[in-house]
Amino acid sequence: MSPLFRVEGLTKSFGGLAVSRNISLAMSEGERLALIGPNGAGKTTFVNLVTGQLRPSAGRVVLNGEDVTGLGAVQRVRKGLVRTFQVTRLFSDMTPEEHVTLTVLQRQGRASRILGRFHGHSEVSDEVGAILRTLGLLEVARRKVGEIAYGQRRLLEIAIALALRPKVLLLDEPAAGVPAADTPRIEQALESLPPSLAVLMIEHDMDLVFRFARRVVVLASGEIIFEGLPSEVAADAKVREAYLGNYAHARSVA
Amino acid sequence: MPDLAGIVIIAAVGMAGYWLFPDNLALLTRIVAVALLVLSIDLVTGYCGVATLGQAALFGAGAYAAGIACVNGMTEPLTLVLIGAVAGAVAGLLMGSVMLRAHGLAQLVLSIAIVQLFHEAANKASAYTGGSDGLSGLMVSPLFGVFAFDLWGKTAYLFGLSLLVFVFIALKFVVSSPFGILCRGIKEDPIRVRAMGAFVFPVLLKMFAISGAVAGIGGALAAISTQVVGLDSVSFELSANALVMLVLGGLGTLYGALAGTVIFMGFEHMVSAINPFHWMTMVGALLIGVVLAAPSGLSGLLGTISRATTRGKGGRG
Repeated sequence: MSPLFRVEGLTKSFGGLAVSRNISLAMSEGERLALIGPNGAGKTTFVNLVTGQLRPSAGRVVLNGEDVTGLGAVQRVRKGLVRTFQVTRLFSDMTPEEHVTLTVLQRQGRASRILGRFHGHSEVSDEVGAILRTLGLLEVARRKVGEIAYGQRRLLEIAIALALRPKVLLLDEPAAGVPAADTPRIEQALESLPPSLAVLMIEHDMDLVFRFARRVVVLASGEIIFEGLPSEVAADAKVREAYLGNYAHARSVA
Repeated sequence: MPDLAGIVIIAAVGMAGYWLFPDNLALLTRIVAVALLVLSIDLVTGYCGVATLGQAALFGAGAYAAGIACVNGMTEPLTLVLIGAVAGAVAGLLMGSVMLRAHGLAQLVLSIAIVQLFHEAANKASAYTGGSDGLSGLMVSPLFGVFAFDLWGKTAYLFGLSLLVFVFIALKFVVSSPFGILCRGIKEDPIRVRAMGAFVFPVLLKMFAISGAVAGIGGALAAISTQVVGLDSVSFELSANALVMLVLGGLGTLYGALAGTVIFMGFEHMVSAINPFHWMTMVGALLIGVVLAAPSGLSGLLGTISRATTRGKGGRG
């Protein structure tokens, strides 16, 4: 069976500095993969390369058997390759309802219509309501994003991504900056993701990683040093070295 | 209908001006024409976050297109307004496709360069535009074949006011459409908009075309009402003044654009009568006062006050 999504030999250098080196990995439908690694390992760069915010120096990104390396970020989203951001990127004077409505209208090709209503499409508002309910955002649906809690903003990032009906979802540290008391809410949201969706999650919270992921990939200095089960990762000598020692090298790549 | 109350207020204030200042209808018509220009800046600056100091290029395109059509025998006023709108929209597409290649300060400088180029083109093409003497002798036919453009400017003012109300209603629909909301998103974070799967450039270009049509209508109205088109209608000075009016009134509400224009031009008219030598100083002082006291413009100040009063009554803020 060919995988839903794969990257082959993805490499990115800025000048002489390689921040991603020959990264290859594949994901199938329903996959739950965690991408971990010390600071500066190139995790966010990897997401940027996959989603088209950055152009790779070499390598390919393949979705559903189609090479999407030459496509820009917008086209990749439309093909089903969707990400969330490590630091939330939201419109502070809009409400969660408006964010998700705009996203659904965009998916339907109606977001740039001048002769059309924004509110009042019953099938759109039903879908928006369902997404917000799944993520527990209904009670703040009509508050401005600038006024809601940070944990709720993180959930809204996921809501926007889900409204795009992705095939592959890349979550860049979905729990970063969220107070410990709110992390269970994020975890609950991750558990409620559609079962067929392939999810790659970058995360530093190892408890979350172990509960969520069925496979772990460790990135250090821009290359994959481990790929396997969560139960094996802590025992791996190279992983321990990447996290504990050899920091001088890791920093030169940061 | 969005904002029915606001639209009624605009029409009522306009009519009050008609009854209260029957001897100043030329000035009031000029205010309406410039208000259309300021509205057009609000579309690109207030709703999309693209600052421009060259918007008079689009106003002038509309004014010259209507003027040239008129001296060549196309004298029906609604047709002239349409010609102005189309010319403004085409100029807007041109301006947008140049300006949107750059960002920030470079973008602002490009807008100045474009209005200067338009100004110079209008100056050099004197066979069509009258050059520095201006294009004069516009003989506009009566509106609907009935209402002649009279010496006191009654027809011109009522025509202009109707155009303004019509454009304002149309723009209220535009800014509350999915397209308008998408523009607000682009203003705040284009990277987020792209990650939502929406292209940014064509959306902004579309807004430039709409903005150009609105500015072009303003220019055509100025040409029809004054029966001349001068180089000042395509000047950097007009562009800059119009941006100041917008900042004065407040960005991104459409109402701010109207309030800013009326206050700036009304104040300018009053103080230049009181003190013909130092009136610019007074206008400058007014601007500094507003910017210090209400950084989000007069409409922002009103919004803050209305929120404070509703909260005082026990409403939820």
